[in-house]
Amino acid sequence: MSTECRIQIETKNLNVSFHGHHVLRNIDIKIPAKKLTAIIGPSGCGKTTLLKSFNRLLEIQDDVKISGQILVDGKNILAPRLDVPDIRKKMGLLSQKPYPLPMSIHDNVAYGLRIHSNKNKGEIESTVEHCLQEVGLWNEVKGRLHDPASRLSVGQQQRLCLARAIAVEPEVVLCDEPTSALDPLAAQQIEKLLLKLKKDYTVVLVTHTLRQAKRVADHVIFLYFGMVIEQGPADEFFNNPKNPETKAYLSGEIS
Amino acid sequence: MLVVTVAVSLLFFSIFFLLLFKSLFIFEQHSLAEILFSSSWNPGFNQFGLYPIIVGTVLVTGIALIIAVPISILSAVYIAEYAPKKIRKIVRPFIDVLAGVPSVVYGLCALLFLVPLVKDVIAPWFGIETTGYCILTASITLAIMVFPIIISLCVESFHAIPLSLREASLSVGATKWETVKKVIFRASAPSIISAVFLGFGRAFGETIAVNMVVGGITRTPSTLFSPGQTLASLIVSAYSDMMSSPLYESALMMVALILFIVVLLFNIFGIFILRRAKKRWNF
Amino acid sequence: MELLNKRTLEENIFKILMMISISIVVGSLIIIVALVIINGGPALTLELLTQTSSGEFYLGAGGGGILNAILGSLLLALPATGLACIIGIAIALYLQKDFTHPWVAGFVRFSLDILWGIPSIIYGVFCFLIMIYLGMSASVLVGIIALTLLEIPIITRYMDESIKLVPIGLKEGAYSLGSTKFETAVKVVPRQALPGILAGILLGLGRGIGDAASILFTAGFTNRIPSSLFDSTAALPTMIFQLSTSSLPIVRQKASATALVLLLIVFTISILSRTLSKRYMKYVIK
Repeated sequence: MSTECRIQIETKNLNVSFHGHHVLRNIDIKIPAKKLTAIIGPSGCGKTTLLKSFNRLLEIQDDVKISGQILVDGKNILAPRLDVPDIRKKMGLLSQKPYPLPMSIHDNVAYGLRIHSNKNKGEIESTVEHCLQEVGLWNEVKGRLHDPASRLSVGQQQRLCLARAIAVEPEVVLCDEPTSALDPLAAQQIEKLLLKLKKDYTVVLVTHTLRQAKRVADHVIFLYFGMVIEQGPADEFFNNPKNPETKAYLSGEIS
Repeated sequence: MLVVTVAVSLLFFSIFFLLLFKSLFIFEQHSLAEILFSSSWNPGFNQFGLYPIIVGTVLVTGIALIIAVPISILSAVYIAEYAPKKIRKIVRPFIDVLAGVPSVVYGLCALLFLVPLVKDVIAPWFGIETTGYCILTASITLAIMVFPIIISLCVESFHAIPLSLREASLSVGATKWETVKKVIFRASAPSIISAVFLGFGRAFGETIAVNMVVGGITRTPSTLFSPGQTLASLIVSAYSDMMSSPLYESALMMVALILFIVVLLFNIFGIFILRRAKKRWNF
Repeated sequence: MELLNKRTLEENIFKILMMISISIVVGSLIIIVALVIINGGPALTLELLTQTSSGEFYLGAGGGGILNAILGSLLLALPATGLACIIGIAIALYLQKDFTHPWVAGFVRFSLDILWGIPSIIYGVFCFLIMIYLGMSASVLVGIIALTLLEIPIITRYMDESIKLVPIGLKEGAYSLGSTKFETAVKVVPRQALPGILAGILLGLGRGIGDAASILFTAGFTNRIPSSLFDSTAALPTMIFQLSTSSLPIVRQKASATALVLLLIVFTISILSRTLSKRYMKYVIK
């Protein structure tokens, strides 16, 4: 891995159990800053769990045990007595299915802003406009900012969720198979956005389509049955896989 | 089967018309306005003013809800969002059991505990003297009876909200309470409103427990510590007397009719709103 | 960070309010049970349970027991629950998609919802009026009818919901094996729906035993054990109601003891409902 890249997220011996099932085993990974890292692997292997451990969203469910370290910019976010909402603010989340909050388009994007900052109404409105422009939604919604967000199409809702996430100026954007619920056109729009975003944010993308990973990833982590099989820069990973399981996955033998 | 179904479905029509029919007699003698607004209820002297009883009913039910709604909603939020699994497992049955306690037992416990409490502790604190059989005691009793209804409806509706919606709010750095305030309450607003309506209906129609502690005096209560009377409780109190004159009987049937209509309206509203909320969130 | 402190403070305040609220709710139940046990315990004698009441019963110590009330409650609630079950099954089966137009089913369910919410005193008044019109007097029979009407919405709704939840695949499986709609409705569906149905029946029974307002006018009150359907009868709730109007502490103790008996019955039914449901859950295919 290139030594010029700063490591944004690093895990050391991360283990996660759900209701007694050991879902993630001894995860040691490094995610470089300002690049798009794809986490790939067959369904049910722990990819989403790994992603949600980065912003400590796993804890809201019952019966979750997490051990090990997750270092973000060198600080362990699993340390006790930390301000969790603050940690989460640094990570934006884009889920599989878009979940607009039950409010207007404008308020969805402004939601995080109103919680975290002391900005006045005018500042909030210009930030909302800026974020909506970043995700390419502005022209489509500028006339109906106060309509309920639920009236948007699925593809638009997903872009709205992205706008909502970047409104609080995170450093990392976590994406959990964000295109799986979208039609090909909307999916393409999201992919383009991710490529644009990686210039300013670290993007971590969970995907179970290899082709998508090939299209957008700079860095790849391959997860199989809760364990990291291989990780590295995308070129090396796709063209020169070292592990037999990796080779099997890439060739389509296991999926 | 068809016959049975039809009969049962039309039951509430039958009840309505029978009560209406029986009330007609008193309407011939006194106008509706007179009944609702004149302030003495003295059947022996042909006076059927319901105003004091209406005031009593509104006070008792209103205060009961003012007490019950915040406590129930907060409890429901605690159960659904904050309680650790172990506590949740213990508390849920508690609520169900509370719902199953017969109203006469509530009344008895109110008699034994609340009446002396109000008489010897609460009222003196305000510098008022009372027998303890008053509006306040009835309100508190009703509030406790209404807790389980509102709590279980709210918990059910909070649980129906998908986890991912909470994640969406939390991932932007909101605290759990902010998520509850801004997302969960908004999303379940219709269900909460519906729960309150249904709770109100229950409170309005509660007869036995209220009858045991409200004081049974058909004068407009001057303070919360005055005795009073409610529509439902009046029917029970006057039962033995009602046989003495057909006019009296008709008057009480009219009271029952009013009770029926008001509870019906509140329940219909509540059910409609609940059904629409159920369709939206799929529970 | 000032902003965060304000947010955390608000959350902590509400957390405390939540704890207070839940304590009030849980505490209420504890107080109720404690009151009934402490006040009624001393009066809960064998004599209380095995003798019928007499005139003196309401005036001081002694004077018999509540056997008439206990038997009265059973005489009223058990047949009422049975009747409500029969009617409930008929309606619930009829409501299934296979038999009716959805609008009709919707209307029926709506009226059941409304009937559920009607205060029990209204059922009592309704039956009272019909009773007078027919020239009957307060009796076990009228009381049973009033309780049946009260229980029908509860039992029917539970039956309806449980049967509705039966997955289509199960019914289709049965159809494909050759059974008719009716056979499936009667043989396959009830097993799957059993836990819910049982819960509903027991809930209805509990309500029937505990309700006072509906039987106050319709079942009358007496110190004797009823010997026919046309006799009046006491019941546990009405007995409690009578005894609690007394100003003598010792009579109120009897009221509490009666309440204790009533609560024990209602709680037992509730526990029974839970355990039976759990036991039959194993037959249920999710």
